[in-house]
Amino acid sequence: MNQDWGYGINKDRQIDFDRNDRRLAEYIRKYVPSYKLCISCGACTATCSTANLTDFYNIRRLNIFLMRGEIDEIAKHIDKCMFCGKCELVCPRGVNTRQVILIMKEGIKKIKQNEQL
Amino acid sequence: MKKHVFIIGGGVAGAEAASQLVKMGFDVTLAEKETQIGGKLNQWDRLFPSKRKAAEVLDFINKNLVDSKARVLFNTEISKISKQNGGYKIYAGIEECTADAILISTGYDVFNARIKEEYGYGIYENVITSVDLEEMFRNGNKIFNSNKEEPKRIGFVHCVGSRDEKVGNHYCSQVCCVTAVKQAMEVKEILPRAEVYCFYMDLRMFGLQFEDLYRESQEKWGVNFIRGRVSEAAENIDGTILIKVEDTLAGRPLKMKVDLLVLMVGFVPSAGTTEIGKMLNLDLTPENFLKPADEHLDTSSTNLKGVFIAGTCKSPKTIADTFADARAATLKIKEFLEGSEK
Amino acid sequence: MIIEGKKTVWSQYQKNIAGDHYFYIRSCIRQNLFPGSETAFMRIMQQELGKDIFEDANHTTCTGIGYHTDIVPIETTMTVVARLFALMTERGYENMITSCITSFGVLSEILETWKEFPETEARTRDFLKKATGREFKVPKDMAHASDIIYKFRKEIGEKGIRKLINAKTGEKLRVVEHIGCHYSKMFPQKGVGGAEFPYVLIGMIEDWGGEVVDYPERRHCCGFGFRQYFIKANRGFSIACSKKKFESMKPFKPDFIITNCPGCNYFLDRWQYVISEMEGKTYGEDQNGIPVLTYEEVAGLVLGYDPWDLGMQMHQVGVEPLLDKMGVEFDPAKKFLGKNGNSLGVPEKPNVLNFCC
Repeated sequence: MNQDWGYGINKDRQIDFDRNDRRLAEYIRKYVPSYKLCISCGACTATCSTANLTDFYNIRRLNIFLMRGEIDEIAKHIDKCMFCGKCELVCPRGVNTRQVILIMKEGIKKIKQNEQL
Repeated sequence: MKKHVFIIGGGVAGAEAASQLVKMGFDVTLAEKETQIGGKLNQWDRLFPSKRKAAEVLDFINKNLVDSKARVLFNTEISKISKQNGGYKIYAGIEECTADAILISTGYDVFNARIKEEYGYGIYENVITSVDLEEMFRNGNKIFNSNKEEPKRIGFVHCVGSRDEKVGNHYCSQVCCVTAVKQAMEVKEILPRAEVYCFYMDLRMFGLQFEDLYRESQEKWGVNFIRGRVSEAAENIDGTILIKVEDTLAGRPLKMKVDLLVLMVGFVPSAGTTEIGKMLNLDLTPENFLKPADEHLDTSSTNLKGVFIAGTCKSPKTIADTFADARAATLKIKEFLEGSEK
Repeated sequence: MIIEGKKTVWSQYQKNIAGDHYFYIRSCIRQNLFPGSETAFMRIMQQELGKDIFEDANHTTCTGIGYHTDIVPIETTMTVVARLFALMTERGYENMITSCITSFGVLSEILETWKEFPETEARTRDFLKKATGREFKVPKDMAHASDIIYKFRKEIGEKGIRKLINAKTGEKLRVVEHIGCHYSKMFPQKGVGGAEFPYVLIGMIEDWGGEVVDYPERRHCCGFGFRQYFIKANRGFSIACSKKKFESMKPFKPDFIITNCPGCNYFLDRWQYVISEMEGKTYGEDQNGIPVLTYEEVAGLVLGYDPWDLGMQMHQVGVEPLLDKMGVEFDPAKKFLGKNGNSLGVPEKPNVLNFCC
């Protein structure tokens, strides 16, 4: 095969829902059922100090990527959270957001170590 | 002599107004083009927000109508209406009636989903409308795809034919959002293991308990919501439907396979509404519904003296609002008829 | 798939197509890439159908390539197109046909713009008069060449010596169609069958005995779009579009792809080679590609024309397996000989994709 074309084939940006791994979403739904209630209002993001000063995805986007099974995206960002808990204070639907991050970290670690979720 | 009110259309608004007007002491004739009372409600199984059976509401209006002994003409269409001695002469089927007032309650039609060609309704077997799904509920809660299998994943597309300039309907049909949430939960009741996705632009949960339904759908039933308008549907080799949508909150396009795609069809003025409006030269709203005399102060009268409107010929409405609107119209009619006596 | 539903849509998008006396505008790139197609079109029109079709040696590009890469401003494009209309008017013709979907799109866009904003037409007339002294009439009828073949598909089918069937098994050939974005996505009413379920190529395939297969990414662009592939750095986007289509159509095992547009034909053909070199993937059986044919080539095969006269040696994806399947007789030794019998040169063998010669 000829490798040097000066360009490659663009990777699809489309979220391929049927191929993605959504085990982590089920794991979180099981341990933090309140995360199901997120309506992406963005109050958490507005108050998040990390999201204000870094490119942290914030809990709203983490939820979206979680539901779509984009685990790599989450893993890239999750360590930036400082667990201050302001997001939990402002959530209009009472989502236990700090717990979400903790369980997410745990789940990602398990996935990376090929452990059963 | 009793004053005579002629009602065109025997759906919820027309039937309710008929029995109320009889109670008020008027002579009432109700013309219905079908063979039964209740209009579109006959196609519905359960109603939001309490999920009560539509049949209960139908029984209520049917019983009141029978008890009122209002004259009902079934299978009857209006061919002509002319002014006569301060009232109206109506050519209803083979009859000619005179009336002192007319109430128009000719209702809505559901949007013809075939117009949204990109969703392939009428072409892809596993693309159905909210009305088709309601029929499945009525027929014993059997939900199958075209292969007679229970669908594992079902998608609901909100705003089909609503808030859509491309089909000339820029308005919101009001009830489809909550209907989708209701139907999504009903699907989960019947198929607990199915995954259900609602694709929406905005969720308009305006009624008092609608937000509770939305919450229940997430908390109890695990219904998923993706904010984005489905741009197209196509058929996979196995007959499942591939949809494309932007997950606007993730900021990425998304594709997903569903076994059944339900199109939440919106409200358009019914053919009868358009026809009667034209016949009487009534003012129309920019959305081509019948226009009330005043948007706040008199929503029951029209530009024509003695002609009144009620129900979904005016705008999309819930069942509860339709009842309230029908009763409001009867008061306006009473005021008009008694005022004209003096 | 409910075919009646598709027929309902098709019936809503029928356009008037002139029956005779055409002024023909060629494509800029087809004569290099698929040189037999336009020649075959002229032959079909004149010799098979006995139509009056004229092409003017003075005609130029419609500027489509320059227009879509933001190099040529719309005023210039309008004036160049007006000159094409002037040539047509001077020769006494009223019906224009274009060989190219880009031209069809550019001309449609201009005619619509003139309708909506008459001052732009007046200004163009002024420019043309000042620059060339010419005047013009707007075409009475403007169609794409495939519209004409579509209109006479039954006549071509009747004159044809073979059908689109597998000669050995008698089964219908499975065909994937691709109309090109600018055929009807801009103006659905200007394309036979509209934008979502276009019928122009399907009509030909069905009447010539084949079977059309619909696949999920049918509506997706081939990736040609001038702006993408002209700049090397953007070609990754271009090829990704074609790849998306191939991946989607592969399970349906199409025998060939029929295209409407010069660019689509080019890219769906050539990118199969590039993908095979980059990733080792092929989309036909036994490391073959899926042959990509223009509608003229398909009509030519139906009418019994020699595949090398149709210019099918210029395809990157070998057409021989398809010709064998259809029972078309051809001389492999003549594949790379020119009209004068001299060798045209033989291409290098690809590393992955089968290419028999």
